[in-house]
Amino acid sequence: MSTQPATATTSPDEPLGISLSIDEEAKHSVIGEVPAEAVMDTYHLNVFYGDFHAVHDVNLQFGKNEITAMIGPSGCGKSTVLRCLNRMNDLIPGARVEGAINYHGQNIYAKGIDPIAVRQHIGMVFQKPNPFPKSIYDNIAYGPRVIGMKVDSMDDLVEGALRDAALWDEVKDKLKQSAFGLSGGQQQRLCIARTIATKPDVILMDEPCSALDPIATSKVEDLMMQLRKDYTIIVVTHNMQQAARVSDRTAFFTAKPDETTGNRTGLLVEFDLTKRLFSNPEDKRTEDYISGRFG
Amino acid sequence: MSAASAVAAQVVTSTLASGRSKDRDLRSILFLGALWLSLFFGVIVLVALIVDTAIKGSGRFDKELVTNYASIIFPETTGFKAGIFGSIWLMVCTAILAIPLGVMAATYLEEFADTNRWWNRVIEINLQNLAAVPSIVYGLLAVAVVAIVGFDEKGVLIGGAVALALLILPVIIITTREAIRAVPQDIRQASYGLGATTWQTTWRQVLPSAVPGIATGTILGLSRAIGEAAPLIIVGLGVSVLSVPEPGIAGLSDSATSLPNQIYNLANQSRPELATAASAAIILLLVMILGMNAIAILIRNKFTRSW
Amino acid sequence: MSEATTPAGPSHGTGLRAAIDLSHKVRPGEAAIKAVLLTSAIVSVAITVGIIVTLIQPIIDFFGEVPVGDFFATEGTYAVLPLVMGTLLVTVIALLLAVPLGLGAAMYLSEYASARARRWLKPTVELLAGVPSVVYGFFALQFVTPTLLQDIIGLEVNFTNSLAAGLVLGVMVLPTIASLAEDALSAVPMSMRQGSLAMGANRMQTTLRVVFPAALSGIAAAVVLGMSRAVGETMIVALAAGAQKKFDADVLTGHQAMTGYIAQTFGGENPVGSTPYNMAFAVAGTLFVMTLILNILSMIVVRRFRQAY
Ligand SMILES: Nc1ncnc2c1ncn2[C@@H]1O[C@H](COP(=O)(O)OP(=O)(O)OP(=O)(O)O)[C@@H](O)[C@H]1O
Ligand SMILES: [Mg+2]
Repeated sequence: MSTQPATATTSPDEPLGISLSIDEEAKHSVIGEVPAEAVMDTYHLNVFYGDFHAVHDVNLQFGKNEITAMIGPSGCGKSTVLRCLNRMNDLIPGARVEGAINYHGQNIYAKGIDPIAVRQHIGMVFQKPNPFPKSIYDNIAYGPRVIGMKVDSMDDLVEGALRDAALWDEVKDKLKQSAFGLSGGQQQRLCIARTIATKPDVILMDEPCSALDPIATSKVEDLMMQLRKDYTIIVVTHNMQQAARVSDRTAFFTAKPDETTGNRTGLLVEFDLTKRLFSNPEDKRTEDYISGRFG
Repeated sequence: MSAASAVAAQVVTSTLASGRSKDRDLRSILFLGALWLSLFFGVIVLVALIVDTAIKGSGRFDKELVTNYASIIFPETTGFKAGIFGSIWLMVCTAILAIPLGVMAATYLEEFADTNRWWNRVIEINLQNLAAVPSIVYGLLAVAVVAIVGFDEKGVLIGGAVALALLILPVIIITTREAIRAVPQDIRQASYGLGATTWQTTWRQVLPSAVPGIATGTILGLSRAIGEAAPLIIVGLGVSVLSVPEPGIAGLSDSATSLPNQIYNLANQSRPELATAASAAIILLLVMILGMNAIAILIRNKFTRSW
Repeated sequence: MSEATTPAGPSHGTGLRAAIDLSHKVRPGEAAIKAVLLTSAIVSVAITVGIIVTLIQPIIDFFGEVPVGDFFATEGTYAVLPLVMGTLLVTVIALLLAVPLGLGAAMYLSEYASARARRWLKPTVELLAGVPSVVYGFFALQFVTPTLLQDIIGLEVNFTNSLAAGLVLGVMVLPTIASLAEDALSAVPMSMRQGSLAMGANRMQTTLRVVFPAALSGIAAAVVLGMSRAVGETMIVALAAGAQKKFDADVLTGHQAMTGYIAQTFGGENPVGSTPYNMAFAVAGTLFVMTLILNILSMIVVRRFRQAY
């Protein structure tokens, strides 16, 4: 459908306007301090659902062993951007991506890239805890099994993942029981354990605490801080306190209605160190949002 | 979905309970009575049918009914051995032909095919139409298919099995698709998110969750097949047969008939003994079919999951 | 699936390329399975094509021997209209019985029965659809005609007659209509009922004046599908509606229906390629087209009804 050739090279005079540096092009976004070592970045990322332009021109960099938070009002495209990062949007009929997402220097949307391989490196935790209708043990073992991971002892791997997810003590006596018997918070930590069992590099989390009570939320937040040592985490959240508490950097998105169609297209407003973005936002819209003056 | 409708029904029940007094006027009561009658009319007919047939057939619930072949000369001991074995055989062959094919086609359409493509919508419409094609037309198709495969004789087991398999294939595909569609998207996302392939996700997550629904649809499809007589008449299985197909592959080209066809052949006979035997055979057939239906309903009600 | 234009941007990590292998893996098993599954799906399409191809050659042969006018005639050896009449007579009788009763049952299930009762009542009604048609045909012949129509009601009906066949056919399509109509009624949003009740209407008024009209197109689709089932049914008419080709509407006598004719032709000793044999295909083709039109009609109606909410 796309007429533009899929090229992996970029010359300075490409007619697509993608040769501009991020800072020049991203005039509509305030880009503050970017990470020194980025695991991933999005480059002029545009996402469409059919004819609907859902996200406009997002340029972001995700630092290694950092937690990056994405905040913004409902419908501004946070989940959309997140789902692009491991090509989960491929599963949505009609979804289309323009621009590039580079992961360790490879554009994961380039031709010849295997989305399945991408997802093996970039795991995902969803908003609603979604354990498989299987035992706790099998929930964890599923990922390593399907990706054909070489493991000496699956039991050890399961235990390790559950320990890393701070769930081991609570479930060690009922590994063979159905995961549906766990509480919502335990299920969500099980989903995190399931994700880290495949030893990914990056973990994407889409509002991982929105279905949880405050105690379960703080457990998951503690867990995120722990995991940060070994993983790069990108988290979408509606909870600004949570973003302020756990993240190193924050990206604030908003949705701008199109003058002619009235469709609300999401765009990146500001990206900076969390501390700075929350204490001293550059953009008026960011300031309004974090001070609660925005719906 | 069923959970949602259950909640909805509760809402309406409680809302309506408060307005009860308004429902006590004569017209409302007559209306409700009419609805009741409509609902129970079918049940009454079913009971009448079973009781009437059972009484008429009561003289023939004996061993000969299942161990003897059809006989006009000794109508008082005529039996349905050929039909019973034929029907069981037909059902097994139909299941082998139709279930894997139908489940695979449904799996492709739900999990692999791009639903946005025009040809997928064509397949969709096509299936709905196929499910409503008169069963007798499938008999005509089976004649052609069997001829292509190389069986020229009429009235052989494989011809009947092909006809019945073609007949229930759309039913199996449609119900399997519904069962697969009922598996929540969450499960698929979780699996894909871990780096599983489409087939791994389908085989290890989606299909196991869809098994009760697939089983229900399949049993209902087979119970429909076992009661069919019309397409079997077309492929020549309607005539009197005095043998049972040989076990194994060789049996596929043996002459066969089915229980419904044997019943059909007796229905027009004037000898009262034959009508009695047919009645007894009908009870036998109904026990088999209603039993299969009951199992299907039990599976459906037991495993209906509120995710 | 997602399509991407992929201009890879200048990236800081360029040196790390190939450190992680994201290239397409060849998964022969996966590809083989996909091919097998696709083949299965294609078979389902092939069936329709097969039906048309199967029907077409004998039909061409038939019209080579018999003028089209003799086929679409009300009398004569090769006239189809008497058969169409036979089919329509039993279908109309069946619908006269099944539509009011089916809709009544659907309204009870959807508007009055508790969720628990419905869970068991609906499958019970659906059980009626599970009774083989040969059994219904036998029942028409052995009970409805002699006991119900002749003894109890005292009608002067023939041994085979369209009335008995139509009534029993109605019982057979009743669950189809009830079940589909119930789906349509249940799909009406609860807020519409609440609105009506809040305005002081009682349950009967709400059902008849609010829910029923809102579900009308779904109900129409249910009736059309029930009709399509009645038209295509064979064994009841083959047994109970008789084998006389007649172009009249006297339901106390028998009329051969289209399906009955096909069954009779194939049940007898008509050699392959003979004119009666080919005529059976022409009749089957007519039947196929009739049911196809009914199905497409119901699909169009359903589509409109889906858009309603
Ligand atoms: N599968 C889809 N098909 C079509 N449009 C979609 C789809 N998913 C999201 N959208 C649209 O894209 C826009 C962005 O949605 P997205 O879910 O990414 O927002 P979000 O920022 O995550 O919102 P929330 O905070 O409510 O989760 C919305 O207008 C939404 O309606
Ligand atoms: Mg979201």
